[in-house]
Amino acid sequence: MEIKEFIEHFAEQFDDTELSEFKPETVFHELDEYSSLIALSIIAMADEEYGVTLNANEMSAAVTIEDLFNTVKAKAGE
Amino acid sequence: MNSYNPFSLKGKTILITGGAGGIGTATAQTCIELGARVILTDIREDALRATLESLPTSMTGEPNLCFTADLTNAEQLAALVDFCPKIDGLVCNAGVMKLTLTQFITEEELSRIQKINLNAPILLTRSLLKKKKINKGGSLVFTASAAGVYRVSIGNGIYATTKCGIDAFMRTVALELGPKGIRCNSVNPGMVETALIGSFTEEEKEKEKLNYPLRRFAKPEDIAFGIAYLLSDASSFVTGTALKIDGGMTLS
Repeated sequence: MEIKEFIEHFAEQFDDTELSEFKPETVFHELDEYSSLIALSIIAMADEEYGVTLNANEMSAAVTIEDLFNTVKAKAGE
Repeated sequence: MNSYNPFSLKGKTILITGGAGGIGTATAQTCIELGARVILTDIREDALRATLESLPTSMTGEPNLCFTADLTNAEQLAALVDFCPKIDGLVCNAGVMKLTLTQFITEEELSRIQKINLNAPILLTRSLLKKKKINKGGSLVFTASAAGVYRVSIGNGIYATTKCGIDAFMRTVALELGPKGIRCNSVNPGMVETALIGSFTEEEKEKEKLNYPLRRFAKPEDIAFGIAYLLSDASSFVTGTALKIDGGMTLS
């Protein structure tokens, strides 16, 4: 599982945010476009692409995109 | 000349399913007259080509197009979505009806009608969103029905339940896509003079017309004008609405 690919899938859930904004260290909760609907899209993406079910606590515990990547990666390996 | 027309569809690209006849063809005609270009899809290849040829030329500079597809087939649905350019409007209009008394319903018939009337519009909407084919400010319109949503009638249980499903889906999509600036509504016709009501006898139709205060069934254009309104910027603040176009049939 590559972080580059994860960031691409992550970015696909947004419509208006510039691609250059999505980096491993991006604090995604602070993106203007981030919303509860986008959070649901990201949870669905993790399920579809990686077979991982993220819960709300894991979404809020992740600060950066890399944090979320690490959570998904860990759960995918379980 | 006064060019004020809030109902204009100038420059918009509209995808219409069930385009080869009835409400779909009338909608295509109306959209083009209002300045849009259309992409028609239907399962009936010959009728679809004939319809495309009968339509006026698009004034947008881009040609009207057609694409034959069975939307209950996943590969053909995916091919349609790939073929489709970015759109400003979607009219999910393809549908079938068959009257069957409840004790005669078969699982095959139930499944066939659900796939065409309910699953296909849901999956098409899903795929267009996923491929980001719907422009901001876009408008989705489903051809639901007065049946199920406002009125039930004998023998029409399968059709009515699919249209209730469309009604719920339409409102869900309106809720989800509102923040993206995409609207979603439905038109809900009563009886329309199309092939869909071909299974009724003339006598049945005349009797049924007595239930319509306006004493006639809708012409396809009556529904197309409602769809055009919902596609246009005139309805910019309208989302999640089921627009009854039934000649007053459901009033009593």
